[in-house]
Amino acid sequence: MSGAHASSTISAEVRHVESLLEARGLLDPGEIDTRIDEFAAKGSPANGARIVARAWTDPAFAERLLADANAAIRELGLSMAGGIQEQRLKVVANGVGADGTEEHHVVVCTLCSCYPIALLGPSPTWYKSEAYRSRVVRDPRAVLREFGLVLPESVAISVWDASAESRYMVLPRRPDGTDGLSEEQLAGLVTRKGLIGTAAV
Amino acid sequence: MADRFAPGDRVRTRSVDVAGHTRLPGYARGAVGTVVELAGRHPLADVRARGRDAEPHAVYHVRFAAAELFGAGDHSVVVELWEDYLVEERA
Repeated sequence: MSGAHASSTISAEVRHVESLLEARGLLDPGEIDTRIDEFAAKGSPANGARIVARAWTDPAFAERLLADANAAIRELGLSMAGGIQEQRLKVVANGVGADGTEEHHVVVCTLCSCYPIALLGPSPTWYKSEAYRSRVVRDPRAVLREFGLVLPESVAISVWDASAESRYMVLPRRPDGTDGLSEEQLAGLVTRKGLIGTAAV
Repeated sequence: MADRFAPGDRVRTRSVDVAGHTRLPGYARGAVGTVVELAGRHPLADVRARGRDAEPHAVYHVRFAAAELFGAGDHSVVVELWEDYLVEERA
């Protein structure tokens, strides 16, 4: 984990490298901030919510989403290609699986703070905290309980650690009693925590 | 290059603690898990972190039982691992 690095030391080193790149004409002044702002501006949990609402209302889309999320989200005009290279997106669905077991998924990045920014916006502070990153892999049931999500013992929990190049998003269960809602109304029910797996919807 | 592993294969992760950057989390060292699926091909982060170019290598989602990783727990953890970290585990 990165706990050994004082963040102020890292920040100073990053600023130093940035100023060297600017001094040598490899970067325009402020270019990194501009690029980050451009990248983050398109990212919002509303994107993830749209994907979920479509999957809830269109079973064929849900199937495509779970098989090849990068291709499926392009149907909604969304993409994981906002950064340097297109990132692989893996969507995991909460609910009863083929073997009859109910499964709940939750996402973490134990090594740093990898997160699907394009679909969820900037990550919440707790997602980047050492407490969340180190504990959710070891005792997810207790961590979820602290988030207010109490899962029956019969629910199998899978923790997805974004340790390489993929980014993960959870497809929450559609709440009961929402049959009459439109796709847009359904999207309004979906929360950021629901997309990470630290809450139900 | 042919894929070394297929979904359902049992694999064991490297147990040595390498010097420098790696994306094999410490908690998943020397553990036996099951391949979920191929997650694309990417240059090995360990090599890239040393400033060198690298050929893309296969990356897999590998599922571990919590008890295998931590000695306790009824959940599972899916870790994304380069093939370089994995060897086949024979039953």
